[in-house]
Amino acid sequence: MSALADRRETGYRRDALWIAALVHRLSGVALALFLPLHFLVLGLAIRSDASLDSFLGWARQPLVKCAEAGVVFCLAVHLAGGLRVLMLETRGWRPGQRNLAIAGVLVAALAGAAYLIGA
Amino acid sequence: MKNLIVSIWRGREDGRFVTYEAPRNESQTVLDIVTYIQREVDPTLSYRFACRVGVCGSCAMTVNGRPRWTCRTHVSKVVEDNRLQIGPLANLPVIKDLATDMTRFFERWQDAKGAFAPTATRADPIAAIKPEDARRQAVDAGIECINCGVCWSACDTVRWNADYLGPAALNRAWTLQNDARDGAAKERLSAVAQKGGCQACHSHQSCERHCPQGLNPTASIAGLKKMSLSAYLRGELK
Repeated sequence: MSALADRRETGYRRDALWIAALVHRLSGVALALFLPLHFLVLGLAIRSDASLDSFLGWARQPLVKCAEAGVVFCLAVHLAGGLRVLMLETRGWRPGQRNLAIAGVLVAALAGAAYLIGA
Repeated sequence: MKNLIVSIWRGREDGRFVTYEAPRNESQTVLDIVTYIQREVDPTLSYRFACRVGVCGSCAMTVNGRPRWTCRTHVSKVVEDNRLQIGPLANLPVIKDLATDMTRFFERWQDAKGAFAPTATRADPIAAIKPEDARRQAVDAGIECINCGVCWSACDTVRWNADYLGPAALNRAWTLQNDARDGAAKERLSAVAQKGGCQACHSHQSCERHCPQGLNPTASIAGLKKMSLSAYLRGELK
């Protein structure tokens, strides 16, 4: 990349919708990474009760619960962001996209917090 | 008022920012600053402008990190710590200093079939189009584009996808798709639904945020997405 490209402007990336798109992508990557682990745990149930119980015991640690709340947040924020974009692309333009994106993040944060409280 | 410290891009892609000083005045625009430096400090500075009143779309540059029309951008609105950084528009090759080669930007207008295709001759009566007609209102919302390239420069999809038609060309296509007098809707929809067309837009809305005319190309592109999806489901679009 040239010196000019390095210095050229990315000030527009501070916008809420650009950040919403970034969060959507990153949460998608996080979920994609989580999925094989999820299947691995399901595989433990097939192998034996004891190995699954052992894992579930390990998963009761506070740090693991926090990580699970993160997964819930990623799932909720990816769903909310995806629904917003899907509506935009199939139903045409609706105003208030920034507010919708922010609302999606707030709902996802609440979902993550609710999981943590209930855990 | 203290002199302004102005960094201006000099050279081509491999150039560098050079720092100048310029006097501050009331109601001064960024274009005034560039003009002062070219006329009073360094006559070899290259830049582009014409009307100086926000009509021609020639003077867009990158100012303190964001693309802007410099003739209508007051220094007081964008100055940071008494400093301005002025560069050429992003996502376009630099010819020299602040002048970019906008060939690709305008080629995309042609690729999007951005030309009006008349269905009547001058011998026919003038088409009667009511201002309250929904399609006409969609046209009205998008027709004040001045081709300045600010949206192109602020768009990450343009940056990432060499095939992308860009916000301005797609916005133009949307206004024509809603023009009852136009006769190339089918061909145009096919053109904007191809690879690099409306579906490539990520809806970041940077174009809407930066458009000096207050247009919303993202809304136009969303309309094209819906229109192309409907046509696809009806079997009218491959």
